[in-house]
Amino acid sequence: MSARDESIGKGVDTGVVVMYYLLLLIGFIAIFSVEYRMEDSFWKSVIAVKNNYSKQLLFIGVSSVLALFILLIDSKFFAATANLMYLGGIILMLLTFVIGKNISGSRSWIALGGGFNLQPAELCKVFTSLAIAKYMSRQETDFKLFRSHLIAFAITLGPALLSIAQKETGLALVYFSFFLVLYREGLPSVYLVAGFSLVILFVTAIVMPFTAYVVMIALLLFIAVYILWRKIKKTFSLFVFLLLLGGICVLFKYAVDFIVFDKILKPYQSERVLNMFGKSYIPKDPKRIAQFEKEKALGKKRDYGYNVRQSKIAIGSGGVLGKGFLKGVTTQGEFVPEQHTDFIFTAVAESFGFWGSVLLLGIYFMLLMRMVRIAERQRSTFSRVYTYSVVSILFFHVFINICMTIGLMPVIGITLPFLSYGGSSLITFTALVFILLRLDADRQMVLR
Amino acid sequence: MAVFNQSRKFTIQMIIGVIFIIMVIRLMTLQIFSGKYEKLATDQAILRKVVYPSRGIIFDRNGKAILDNTVMYDLMVTPSQLKGVDTMSLCNILSIDTAEFRKRVVNAIIKNTRNRASVFEPLLSSEKYARVNEKLFRFQPAFFLQERPIRTYPFKAAAHILGYVGEVDSAILKRSNFFYQMGDFAGRSGLESYYERILMGQRGIQYILRDNFNRPIGPYENGDFDTAAVAGRHLNTYIDIEVQQMAEKLMKNKVGSVVAIEPKTGGIIAMTSAPGYDPNELTGPESRKNFNRLFTNPSSPMLNRGMQGVYPPGSTFKPLGALVALNEGLITPSYGYPCFGRYQPCGKPACTHSNAGHAGDLKLSIANSCNSYYAHLLRLTIDNPKYKSIDKGLMQWKSYLNAFGLGHRLGVDLAGEYAGYIPDTTRYNKVFRKGGWNSCTIVSLGIGQGEMQVTPLQMANSMCLIANRGWYYIPHFVKSIENESERDTILNSFRDKIKPLHIPDTAYQAVIDGMEMVVTNGTARNAKIPGYAVCAKTGTVENYYRGVKQQNHSFFVAFAPKDNPKIAVCVVVENAGFGSTWAAPIASLLMEKYLTDSIAGPQRKAEIERISNVSLIPMRIQREIRVRDSLKRIKDSVAARKARLTVKADVQNQKKTIIETAHTPYPQVPEENFSAFSTFFLHSAPGRFFKKNIHKIRA
Repeated sequence: MSARDESIGKGVDTGVVVMYYLLLLIGFIAIFSVEYRMEDSFWKSVIAVKNNYSKQLLFIGVSSVLALFILLIDSKFFAATANLMYLGGIILMLLTFVIGKNISGSRSWIALGGGFNLQPAELCKVFTSLAIAKYMSRQETDFKLFRSHLIAFAITLGPALLSIAQKETGLALVYFSFFLVLYREGLPSVYLVAGFSLVILFVTAIVMPFTAYVVMIALLLFIAVYILWRKIKKTFSLFVFLLLLGGICVLFKYAVDFIVFDKILKPYQSERVLNMFGKSYIPKDPKRIAQFEKEKALGKKRDYGYNVRQSKIAIGSGGVLGKGFLKGVTTQGEFVPEQHTDFIFTAVAESFGFWGSVLLLGIYFMLLMRMVRIAERQRSTFSRVYTYSVVSILFFHVFINICMTIGLMPVIGITLPFLSYGGSSLITFTALVFILLRLDADRQMVLR
Repeated sequence: MAVFNQSRKFTIQMIIGVIFIIMVIRLMTLQIFSGKYEKLATDQAILRKVVYPSRGIIFDRNGKAILDNTVMYDLMVTPSQLKGVDTMSLCNILSIDTAEFRKRVVNAIIKNTRNRASVFEPLLSSEKYARVNEKLFRFQPAFFLQERPIRTYPFKAAAHILGYVGEVDSAILKRSNFFYQMGDFAGRSGLESYYERILMGQRGIQYILRDNFNRPIGPYENGDFDTAAVAGRHLNTYIDIEVQQMAEKLMKNKVGSVVAIEPKTGGIIAMTSAPGYDPNELTGPESRKNFNRLFTNPSSPMLNRGMQGVYPPGSTFKPLGALVALNEGLITPSYGYPCFGRYQPCGKPACTHSNAGHAGDLKLSIANSCNSYYAHLLRLTIDNPKYKSIDKGLMQWKSYLNAFGLGHRLGVDLAGEYAGYIPDTTRYNKVFRKGGWNSCTIVSLGIGQGEMQVTPLQMANSMCLIANRGWYYIPHFVKSIENESERDTILNSFRDKIKPLHIPDTAYQAVIDGMEMVVTNGTARNAKIPGYAVCAKTGTVENYYRGVKQQNHSFFVAFAPKDNPKIAVCVVVENAGFGSTWAAPIASLLMEKYLTDSIAGPQRKAEIERISNVSLIPMRIQREIRVRDSLKRIKDSVAARKARLTVKADVQNQKKTIIETAHTPYPQVPEENFSAFSTFFLHSAPGRFFKKNIHKIRA
């Protein structure tokens, strides 16, 4: 037995495993503190598997078994079946449109029976990571070609589009994290700069009124023309390009105001995004205006800022040292909605304060840095790309989730890896991490 | 291949690093530098519930509870939960209109914010309480009933002494350094106010954890921060509630005051002020209305004339004048002076009075209340060659009176005592300029008239001084505090004997003999009490209102028995004529009641009814009351007409709202459910509270 154990454990990065279990432990404690009430008997509810924390304990057990199972698999298996698994994931996601179960407004779940549900979009992260790794590691892939960029985008954004169709915008956003992987693999910096500029432009468009925005664009244009005057004298088409760019920027503002918020995003999403910048959503679309009037007349004004406000209160009231385990009044009073899933960080921050929050962030940071190091020591492109995919997905989850609880991001339904309650999320991240560990353990083998 | 693009690793690490730093900085601002979240969290999650202890009870000298505690209910509202409440039916139960309802809710929000409960209707009458309690389940959780202990006064007496308990106002809040909170009740006057810290006990505070729907989910931190309420301590007083009741009865329909003190202890047996009021009027649901009515009454029933009414003492001052002259060695008890009913030596006749008496010696001068005698004594005192100038003479005279307790606050255990006034040289220098006056100018001081002003309490106290032959205790009500300890210093000043002067006993004896003669064969023969040697002095006080001479005040001071004094009394009946006509019989009856614990003989009993039924309210005040009442009638009729006009509009509006609300009927509760609810309610909070309290009070 011991010999077999050694062969499994050989080459597996212990640091990552330790941090993985540390995070699971913190997550369990946090979920426990959210759910636990004085009158409950701990062991009774653990055995009965009726509370979320006891269910989470079960998920941790299942994940550990899965981890062991993954470590037993030959690392070649992942590279070999990557495309197949990706296809399977896509089919599962498509299946939800047929047999999907509606849970809190999104039809992205498949009922497994026994009160457990599976979210294919979560699992698809693993498959997409493998698929992109497979594609990038192909001998014939030349990533300098624009065509390869497009294919890579297609692989990653396919599931994202399906997620949007399932009304899981948050999950869809995660797939944009593959941008980071592609960047590492040689995606020209232009994409990074363009993406970054687009974000800035979007924020400016929200914050600034129309005239100020137009004046700003005009000024920028003028400065650009002044700087590039010599070049413009040589090639007049550059001037035309700049003018066109300006025009697009102005159109963009129009699109943001009248299409993005009024047509694409739902009223509550618009409200959340605009709330971030201290603005409130005033619809311009006649249909929505009519709907708003109707809701107002019925006195049904919903408080979209409630989540973030309560989350900030819970975190802020933790102070430096925190209120202590099971002593968070905001947690005990169930003031923060969805606290055991998306807002689990508030439970940690309220009970353990600033030091606890920073410690948690520190563990995440160390985990990410360790994974970057692991990625860089891989000999095969497949392993490296896959590891970077894991880093990107983890990073995106932590970044968006924490920023949403501390009011730096609009509320997007994204879980905090390893901490949030939920089987699908935990199993996905376990699979992601342990496939990584399996690949890393076999890094001496050359997998093309 | 692996080395390819490796530099981008740093870019990625940097991006991750920068974002983590941003998150940490943001956490720092939220958790360390911004203090507001802590407060927000406790505000929304922890309910600070004040537990009011039962207030201490005040007992009279025989151990009877002069006041008692009972429970009434406030209807509370939490505005944030009002959504969906059937407003109309609640309005019907409370008989208010929807506009009033809205006004109260808005007031509640302004006063106590949307999420906290505030009083919607204080102290429901028993009838309203029954109706609200029956239907309460329909209005929960926005409305609930909160018990509020209030005072009752079984004897309906001693309103001025006891004071009243009322909601604290902003001035008290500030003065107390926010020891009190908005909505707290505190003693506002009388003993309730003076002994507030003893009577109130210690408020307990319960911290209760609540959830996002405002439901209590348990004690905060296992109740470690809670403080238990400590019940207020009882007060034992010198008041004899039966004497007090009788005094109030005798003073009915009169303006004036009675003060009775036990000379040996300085304990006040009774203190009335007429016109008065029933203390029960200032508790319960009508208290605010009653307060306004009493406050605006021209006869000022809220004024405690016993210590806030100031009058010239008139002839009741004479025993004190005699004491001064005797102690200065200016006269002896056998000194005589011709008494023709007026004082001539200053030219123009002064200090005239009818019934010219005989003032063959000091005793007779007191018995017959000879004005000339005392006008002469004052001149002797002030012009005393020993002091060389009238300035010094007057100041010496004044220092005697101050030592007798006149001209300054005695320090009784009620707030708002008046000092009275004893004129000094600066006053006369101002009025007559320096050197422009002499003993003739101010001769009326000798018979207690002129600029001199005293309170009935001060006169009663001076009787104690004479009765005790030279000493007194500061008059006070409270004998002892329940579980009194070293830390209760509030009573210390009342336990030091005050012996201001060393006037020889012979002087006191002479004056006391004279005062006994007042009753035996002097001006107040109707003040006799069979079996007791009563010493007394009548007074008929000239007085002016805005420069117009009014009917004389009827004054009477007395103490009894002569050699072992048990009670000293001062009775003032404003604008009632001779001291012997009204004040003397009242004092006599009260002393008899106190000394013998009853009134002997049907004749004396009939006397009580006779005096009680006579109205002696001055014409001036009667006129003012009439003017006020007629003004009120006019106002009322105008208001009634306005109301009639608006009722029509209201009815139309209400019809509209009824039609609108008809579409959303309130949920019908099945019969059994309802009965279960009412049994639950009656057997829980109020019932238990009541039992607990009754037990406490009895114990």
